[in-house]
Amino acid sequence: MSDQDFPNGKKDARAAGLSRRSVLLGGTALTASLFAPSFGNAQSFPTAEINTTGLAVTDDTVTIGILHSITGTMAISETGSVQAEKLAIDQINAMGGILGRKIEYIQEDGASDWPTFAEKAKKLLVNDKVASVMGCWTSASRKAVLPVFEQYNGFLYYPTFYEGLEQSPNVIYTGQEATQQIIAGIDWVTKTKGAKSFYLLGSDYIWPRTSNKIARKHIEKLGLKVVGEEYYPLGHTQFNSVINKIRLKKPDVIYAIVVGGSNVAFYKQLKAAGIDMTKEKPLLLTISVTEDEIRGIGGENIEGAYACMKYFQSLQNDNNLAFVKAFKEMWGEDMVIGDVTQAAYLGPWLWKAAVEKAGSFDVDKVRAASPGIELTTAPEGYVKVHENHHLWSKTRVGRAKADGQYEVVFETADLVEPDPFPEGYQ
Amino acid sequence: MKPQSNRFMSMQEMVGFAILALLIFVIFPLILDPFRLNLFGKYLTYAFVALGLVLCWGAGGILSLGQGVFFGLGGYCMAMFLKLEASTPENTKIQSTPGIPDFMDWNQLTELPFWWQPFHSFTFTVIAVVLVPVIFAFIIGVAMFRRRVGGVYFAIITQAIAAIMTILIIGQQGYTGGVNGITDLRTLMGWDIRTDEAKNILYFVNGGLLFACLFAAQYIRRSKLGRILIAMRDQEDRVRFSGYDVADFKTFVFCAGAAFAAIGGAMFTLQVGFMSPSFVGIVPSIEMVIFCAVGGRLSILGAVYGALVVNWAKTTFSESFPELWLLGLGALFIAVVLAFPKGLAGLYDDFIAPRVKPLFDKLRSKSNSKDADFVGAPAE
Amino acid sequence: MFADYSSQELLAIFAMQGFAGLILFSVFVLMALGLAIIFGQMGVINMAHGEFMILGAYVTYMLSNFFEAYLPDLFGIYFFIAMICAFIASGALGLFVEWALIRHLYKRPLDTLLATWGLSLILQQIYRSVFGAREVGVTIPDWMMGSLPLTDMIEVPINGIFVMVLAVSISIAVYLMMFRSSWGKQVRAVVQNRVMAGAVGINTEWTDRLTFGIGCGVAGVAGSAFTMIGSTGPTAGQLYIVDTFLVVVFGGAASLLGTIASAFSISQAQSIMEFFLSGSMAKVLTLLTVVGILMIRPQGLFALKLRK
Repeated sequence: MSDQDFPNGKKDARAAGLSRRSVLLGGTALTASLFAPSFGNAQSFPTAEINTTGLAVTDDTVTIGILHSITGTMAISETGSVQAEKLAIDQINAMGGILGRKIEYIQEDGASDWPTFAEKAKKLLVNDKVASVMGCWTSASRKAVLPVFEQYNGFLYYPTFYEGLEQSPNVIYTGQEATQQIIAGIDWVTKTKGAKSFYLLGSDYIWPRTSNKIARKHIEKLGLKVVGEEYYPLGHTQFNSVINKIRLKKPDVIYAIVVGGSNVAFYKQLKAAGIDMTKEKPLLLTISVTEDEIRGIGGENIEGAYACMKYFQSLQNDNNLAFVKAFKEMWGEDMVIGDVTQAAYLGPWLWKAAVEKAGSFDVDKVRAASPGIELTTAPEGYVKVHENHHLWSKTRVGRAKADGQYEVVFETADLVEPDPFPEGYQ
Repeated sequence: MKPQSNRFMSMQEMVGFAILALLIFVIFPLILDPFRLNLFGKYLTYAFVALGLVLCWGAGGILSLGQGVFFGLGGYCMAMFLKLEASTPENTKIQSTPGIPDFMDWNQLTELPFWWQPFHSFTFTVIAVVLVPVIFAFIIGVAMFRRRVGGVYFAIITQAIAAIMTILIIGQQGYTGGVNGITDLRTLMGWDIRTDEAKNILYFVNGGLLFACLFAAQYIRRSKLGRILIAMRDQEDRVRFSGYDVADFKTFVFCAGAAFAAIGGAMFTLQVGFMSPSFVGIVPSIEMVIFCAVGGRLSILGAVYGALVVNWAKTTFSESFPELWLLGLGALFIAVVLAFPKGLAGLYDDFIAPRVKPLFDKLRSKSNSKDADFVGAPAE
Repeated sequence: MFADYSSQELLAIFAMQGFAGLILFSVFVLMALGLAIIFGQMGVINMAHGEFMILGAYVTYMLSNFFEAYLPDLFGIYFFIAMICAFIASGALGLFVEWALIRHLYKRPLDTLLATWGLSLILQQIYRSVFGAREVGVTIPDWMMGSLPLTDMIEVPINGIFVMVLAVSISIAVYLMMFRSSWGKQVRAVVQNRVMAGAVGINTEWTDRLTFGIGCGVAGVAGSAFTMIGSTGPTAGQLYIVDTFLVVVFGGAASLLGTIASAFSISQAQSIMEFFLSGSMAKVLTLLTVVGILMIRPQGLFALKLRK
């Protein structure tokens, strides 16, 4: 994303750390749809009325929590989410905040340790009385904090694409659940690429296993074949044996859900074994490699692979151009933005919209107001909150390029309905 | 080394126990809010493990890097019981098979595996919490100590066992909940364990159990068995030549350590509300060793303080300086090993004990006993 | 499972699978050699071994950036320079660590374990602060990626060959150093009887320091080589620790030959099982077998006949 692509990309725009102009660009449509004049000042919303449950709301600030891993093995993945959330908060503040109140945040470190997540979640809700929390990344951390949020009636915005099978009144899932991500991708690869046989491969934990289960059901429903399914422990770094197995089975598609450090090893070894993904024989389709991961893998090692998710940094729309520019201004030119980072960016915006619709920070009212919330300014395009607290969103397929970006080759015509408890896929 | 009496506790130790009891049962509950108290309850569950390590490592010279396995086994047994209770057919009616834990349903299991069945019974669960890890420890102990595997080799093999266990639990997610673990535990025999009141009660139960274990450890240490352990640590061959079966003693103390760890694990599950493989693996196991080392590997009271201090520091520092925390923890490891091999208890012995000792001596001269401090050259 | 394939295909697959096993073997040898020197010869349990490897990987990363930016013509061969630098960097850190830490702990082997674990935490945090929490991508010269087609069916990954050649040459180098140089003679003397070695005028302190440094240096080279096949991140080193220790212990701690034999048997077992079973189960079974054998034969495959 170069400056030339961006209409207002003047250097002076970064004077105040975060220019009002880029913020306004990011928020124009939102301002039009939701930012009714009366939301402008705090006086029209007395604190006593919009906060009846003792949340950390003063006459000019409201406090929320950010709960991600800054240390430990997950810090690699969660850094981008923290950055996106801080960006969104700054932008919202630059627009005047929510109900006339500036957002302040308390950031806690989950330290890649699930009880720590639960502990910090409790601290944020009980001690700090935060109005909402942006946070968590892995399923395990979400599962750990979930009882805490339900017990103390907190409100969590969870950014990661995940396995589904969950729907909490206290969580808004801003990433895609498994069926949204998987079905469109498999349909695409069978229709446009004529794929007939699949080799499913994943890291050994719940998300890849559940996702592959859905993929397998769908593949078999289409009358096609799964020729292999395998899982490797997290952190596994030797894939030569499985690559040989893939050679032997000759699938049309390698469906890979490998994560973390294993990802790097897998793609490097795949390339070294002479499987040239640009030839698409076999074609590689993944749902776990975002632009963030490619930085570790190296673009030249994954060139030609396809990824299926809802957002790619290379999306060409005004919202996204503004978002990418603002993100790079705040965090540095060499930043890349992956699917989860974008989903994390939606969190504060969705919360803002819900609070303003409810006219209150109270969690019960925000929850009631959340279904049906629309964001026209999302970098990924238009999204809408479903009754089941997941987002309606488009699913896209991107082709990895050597420079570490994806080229979008397909996008669903309509928003895909989230279906966390899919019938017939369990 | 001064001659030791067979008395259960010296005056000084009694005072030490009393101070700890005062801290745990009176001072913490008074000065901490429910949230912090629950945190301290969690820290104290690690003290069980550290206590077991004092016996195994400090007294017996066996360093196990797999205590997390026992902690986890105890915790998982408890979690299985609680999960079954939480998975009533009414609670799980949206599943395709109501009445089984949610993660089983997600993995297409249609009935409860047979080895889950007994965990419907609380009595069985309580027995299993202790027995399963002890049997496991017994098998490892017999296999290794009979063949005179010790020291570094034992440490590395237990570490490998911890790794195997983690991979197994994560891999068999239909039966174990996988990497997420067993979550969303709500009630213990109809009693909601998530309320502040319940957490307070659990805190005191936890403290009571900890003291029971402390007394057990003190008993072991003071008994003839404890002396043999120390003799073994310092001169294993000499003990063997004196006609003792070294392997049996080692196996026993290893099992005792496993039992303590398991009780800690079960209490952890109750207080935190879930159990996951991240407490089983290598990293938590080594962290537990550091709790023990910081407290003083020779001191059973030190183990408790070690667990409390390190975890409290972890929470405090990671709240304010997450980046510095790892540096601090690393430095702590090195400092303890290099400068204070006897840990906090060593500091106490060197600096505080000499000052309070005259007081005790005065008292003691009346009772006319010849107690000594807990024997202890560091493990060489 | 093989009914559907022609004999030619099967032959090819078995050949390549054999090759995969050999690559894994080389990886294990590279991982374990440094540790075998340190643990086997000195009795020091270096839990920071993985971090010394990652230091080598980061050195490679920095050099790849440097060459890309300033000496693009030489990019094709930067990897060799990177490996030498990795050896020097990790070795130098090793010397320093020995001086600051390890030398105080020779009489307490279990304590070296704790201290080096602390060291590994510190190093991880330093990597994270300097290079960021994310994995870095190390660009490998083109000629080292890709594969060599031997027949229509059999393709051999070039980086695999590279790792194999490296493993063999480092093994030979270590062998020469240990058994053909005067330094090696001193090391072995110190291992067998420290007091006597000191009495005949061997500077045991320097022998120890150098041994530790060289062990770490070899780890650095291994880390540098692994940038071709694995990931480079602050916590990547921890992935190697269990495997590495098992290889060394299984081989019999004090025997370099044992380390190589054990690397061979573990890698072949794992690679064969991975082919016939699913990945996770293969790993569990391999580890279980190794632990099982160690319980029966705790001294490992090749043990020095020493009386305690």
